Amino acid sequence: MANTKEVRKQIASIKSTQKITSAMEMVAASKIKKTQNEMQLGRPYSEKIKEVISHIANSSSEYSHPFYENRETKKACFLVVSSDKGLCGGLNINLFKQVISKSAELNAQGIESNFALIGLKAASFFKSVGGDVVANVQKLGDKPDPDALIGLTKTVLDLHRNGEVDQVYLCGNGFVNTMTQQPKVEQLIPLPAEDTDELTATHWDYIYEPEAQELLEGLMTRYIESLIYHAVIENSACEQAAKMLAMKNATENAGDLIKELELLYNNVRQAAITQELSEIVGGAAAV
Amino acid sequence: MATIKVSIVSSSEEIYSGEGTMVFATGSLGEIGIAPGHTPLLTGLAPGPVRVQNGDDEKTFFCSGGFIEIQPDLVTFLSDRAERAESMDEAEAIKAQELAEKNMHDKESELDYTKAAAQLAEAAARIKTIQKLRKNK
Repeated sequence: MANTKEVRKQIASIKSTQKITSAMEMVAASKIKKTQNEMQLGRPYSEKIKEVISHIANSSSEYSHPFYENRETKKACFLVVSSDKGLCGGLNINLFKQVISKSAELNAQGIESNFALIGLKAASFFKSVGGDVVANVQKLGDKPDPDALIGLTKTVLDLHRNGEVDQVYLCGNGFVNTMTQQPKVEQLIPLPAEDTDELTATHWDYIYEPEAQELLEGLMTRYIESLIYHAVIENSACEQAAKMLAMKNATENAGDLIKELELLYNNVRQAAITQELSEIVGGAAAV
Repeated sequence: MATIKVSIVSSSEEIYSGEGTMVFATGSLGEIGIAPGHTPLLTGLAPGPVRVQNGDDEKTFFCSGGFIEIQPDLVTFLSDRAERAESMDEAEAIKAQELAEKNMHDKESELDYTKAAAQLAEAAARIKTIQKLRKNK
């Protein structure tokens, strides 16, 4: 039977782990608010640019942008948004599973895939499973900077422009609420056709200053950038929410473990006392 | 009086949303004035002040580069970064300009040079906005 000292040591070590997990839970809870706030702040821009893009899509423009073009697909690029840090439950792995299954599905149709990765976790995952990685950005921190994503976005868009990639998918976790995060794989390029609204009824077009091509090129790039940035922000909110939940579970599990160990400790202690008593009684009887 | 719906957004926040009777901004091909009923126009937005007039009330915002979309009943400024002109710090702007100028002189590569030139244009536009505000007060 275990001795009391050993059990006490175990309890102490679990208690200190529990302190850490509960502290991490509280940190994550406070960060959720911040990231959610950031999501809210970025929303008007995404909405406005989407509005403008849908206006353009509905105008009878003289120039049609390649991002709308549905060309024969030979290669697809997956833009995977992951977290930099672990300890957030199945958040990343659920997403990767979905990406891999989508990639396998395309593969069955004869479409190859490559990957552009955001976050350390994606980088290490695709390093271990293998895969053609074209771009990688890491360590964006709790407050992702839109500028940090420009390089990666440009790499992917250039691949599309050169015809090396025909489809682009944006993969990231969607924030449903603090308890639920939904991994999603969405088609980014070619852009899905917009819902038509009242503007289509009449034939009209913008005046472009300077050139339509130049302007639309810039605007489309900005639009894609904003979508990616939004996915990163949303993923970081998901990360904090998943982390809070994972840490909450860990803290509760540690509590259960401590309870069990305390029971064991009391049993062991009582057994020792009983043994000592019976020894004394036995000794006295012998004398 | 007819008004036009104005929204100014930057990638990190919404700067202004409201009505205006007249809006002035610097497009990529020069200064433009936007009145309600303007023909649909899509143009670049140069770094500089954006003035929104609503009757006698006038508000000024600083916008860095981006895009302007105009529809007859609404105008949208998609700025990479916009801030309220009132809250801008002139010293900060001048510092940024000095840094940009310094970077321009000891240029290392062409890329750095174009970046420095863009920084300089932005800093200059920022100072212009502040000085314009001062004059009006």
